[in-house]
Amino acid sequence: MLKIENLHVSIGGNQILKGIDLEVKAGETHAIMGPNGSGKSTLAQVLAGHEEYEITDGKVEYLSKDLLEMEIEERACEGIFLAFQYPVELPGVNNTYFLKSALNAQRKYRGEKEIDAMEFIDLIGDKIKLLNLKDSLLKRPVNEGFSGGEKKRNEIFQMAVLEPKLALLDETDSGLDIDALRVVANGVNSMRNEERATILVTHYQRLLNYIVPDFVHVLVDGKIINSGDKNLALELEEKGYDRIVEEAKA
Amino acid sequence: MNPDSETEMLKGFTEQEYKYGFVTNIESDTLPPGLNEDVIKFISNKKEEPKWLTDWRLKAYKIWLKMKEPHWANIEYQPIDYQAISYFSAPKNAADGPKSLDEVDPELIETYNKLGIPLEEQEILAGVAVDAVFDSMSVATTFKDKLAEKGVIFCSFSEAVKEHPELIKKYMGSVVPQSDNFYAALNSAVFTDGSFCYIPPNTKCPMELSTYFRINEPNTGQFERTLIVADKGAYVSYLEGCTAPKRDENQLHAAVVELVALDDAEIKYSTVQNWYPGDKDGKGGIYNFVTKRGACRGKASKITWTQVETGSAITWKYPSCILQGDDSKGEFYSVALSALKQQADTGTKMIHLGKNTKSTIISKGISAAKGQNTYRGQVMINKSAEGARNYSQCDSLLIGDKCGAHTFPYLDVKNTKSHIEHEASTSKIGEDQMFYCKQRGISEEDAINLIVNGFCKEVFRELPMEFAVEAQRLLEVSLEGSVG
Repeated sequence: MLKIENLHVSIGGNQILKGIDLEVKAGETHAIMGPNGSGKSTLAQVLAGHEEYEITDGKVEYLSKDLLEMEIEERACEGIFLAFQYPVELPGVNNTYFLKSALNAQRKYRGEKEIDAMEFIDLIGDKIKLLNLKDSLLKRPVNEGFSGGEKKRNEIFQMAVLEPKLALLDETDSGLDIDALRVVANGVNSMRNEERATILVTHYQRLLNYIVPDFVHVLVDGKIINSGDKNLALELEEKGYDRIVEEAKA
Repeated sequence: MNPDSETEMLKGFTEQEYKYGFVTNIESDTLPPGLNEDVIKFISNKKEEPKWLTDWRLKAYKIWLKMKEPHWANIEYQPIDYQAISYFSAPKNAADGPKSLDEVDPELIETYNKLGIPLEEQEILAGVAVDAVFDSMSVATTFKDKLAEKGVIFCSFSEAVKEHPELIKKYMGSVVPQSDNFYAALNSAVFTDGSFCYIPPNTKCPMELSTYFRINEPNTGQFERTLIVADKGAYVSYLEGCTAPKRDENQLHAAVVELVALDDAEIKYSTVQNWYPGDKDGKGGIYNFVTKRGACRGKASKITWTQVETGSAITWKYPSCILQGDDSKGEFYSVALSALKQQADTGTKMIHLGKNTKSTIISKGISAAKGQNTYRGQVMINKSAEGARNYSQCDSLLIGDKCGAHTFPYLDVKNTKSHIEHEASTSKIGEDQMFYCKQRGISEEDAINLIVNGFCKEVFRELPMEFAVEAQRLLEVSLEGSVG
């Protein structure tokens, strides 16, 4: 589904990613772990199409298309979803209305009929329950006045409604207490299937107890220095990033 | 008018025409450019006005002559030559207009289509000569019957002068006197027509009054005059304007609107203004210099101004409230959009005279492309206004980096037992907001519309439902292409 080759990315002249190679197939869940500033979030943002970054080398293929040539909204409509580390507030824009607009934009892109307000309410009913969202959150402006946990749950709620092919979860576990983490993980797990791929970007192993990955990659200083299965995450937790880095160098 | 003065007038006229080097038959309905006492007498005569009104106009003219054109607003424009304007022209001859929509600027037609305006209405708006009587004629008659049942008077200003002179005499100029300002004085001297509305005591006007359904009536011209009086315990909601960009040959528009609310009465006055804004270089747009003011004359009366201003090359207006009656309330809700090369200097004045008077100001300014948007507001609390309260909120939204937003709040508080709150914010549509919307699949234009509509929500919800939907669509159309 996704094939990243030798990806080099810089921002304001600073090289952040220094040659990433990664292949993700449909149905797989990959975790990308690494210390702060290693480039994890950059990778997620670049895949989503953030324009602040400059691609200096490499290529990315998504569903046999050149991803780097696609507009942000085109990528979204082709099934790429980014759950933001810091979800953005949209004052005055009703949360439900926003999500309906997004869904209809994507349906329109795919040549499907747009759905009306009543159909939409039917559609989101179960997903609201799944993510334990308060009714009031749906009526409030997007992310405005939401708690940290509410923002993250809202991101996963959007994901559940938009049903992406490739989900990028950027530090979705940060700032969540254990109950909220369970709810969020539950939401993500319920969506795992053979057609959908997920990339989890995280600092801590904790999330991976709840969302068990097929592959774990360690990203340090803009490069993937180690890849393995879920046990690599446990090893990381035990030894810390420094020792893994040293071992990789040796 | 006695025969002598008529002869005088005609004589003055003939001379005037020669001065301009061309001859016009006096029977004709259009005056050559220029303004003097004879012109005013001619207008008054044409409209078969009583002497008191002719005198009232002449008094205004004399005041105007002594006044200077104001230049304090944050706007720029070429000087206006008041002698180059023709102050009276009868409804355009059908032969002058375009013969069909094919002859109308395609861009205008495109905008009409985007706004979902039916074909026959498009023809009227674009000034196409339509033979058939517009369908709404019969609709308007039905409305009139329904209003008459309740004793509501709703007619043209000229008709009111003839049918209800006592009301006109009593209230005209009582809120905006002839001497109020340069443009109000000019309007008082030369106004051609407008609307009059009177709601009798303890009556709720059975429908929203709108000039929209008067669309088929002759052009009221560039100097329009509106007077609305809500008697004790009455209620009326009045809608002015329409969302369609209406072409007009007249560049200067100087209207006067006066509202009077007696004890426990309430007036809601909503405007959607979308006059031709000119092209992207600012050429050819309307100058909209309007004086709007309401007097909450009675106890516990209330006046609400709601405006959505998206048109005109220059908008210069401050719908205001004089809160005379104790416990009276004034409200001002405004969305002003300046795109292209438009300039808007708009806001309100809340003048607190009575005890426990309250005012609310919510102003939303949107600047895009090379637009310049200024909020200017004054809150005055008089010594007599014990317990007065005001809340003001002025928010500006910038789209792009070539536009500007300016805020000038003036506060004048003479009573220590009063309370004023002022909040202001300026924001730019953030790149992070755009990225977030686009990442969900929403296009740039739709994302901007979402954010702009969110920004304006507090004002839109003050508009009658149908109007709110239209206003929202209007903003979308007005913002098209102004991004990037």
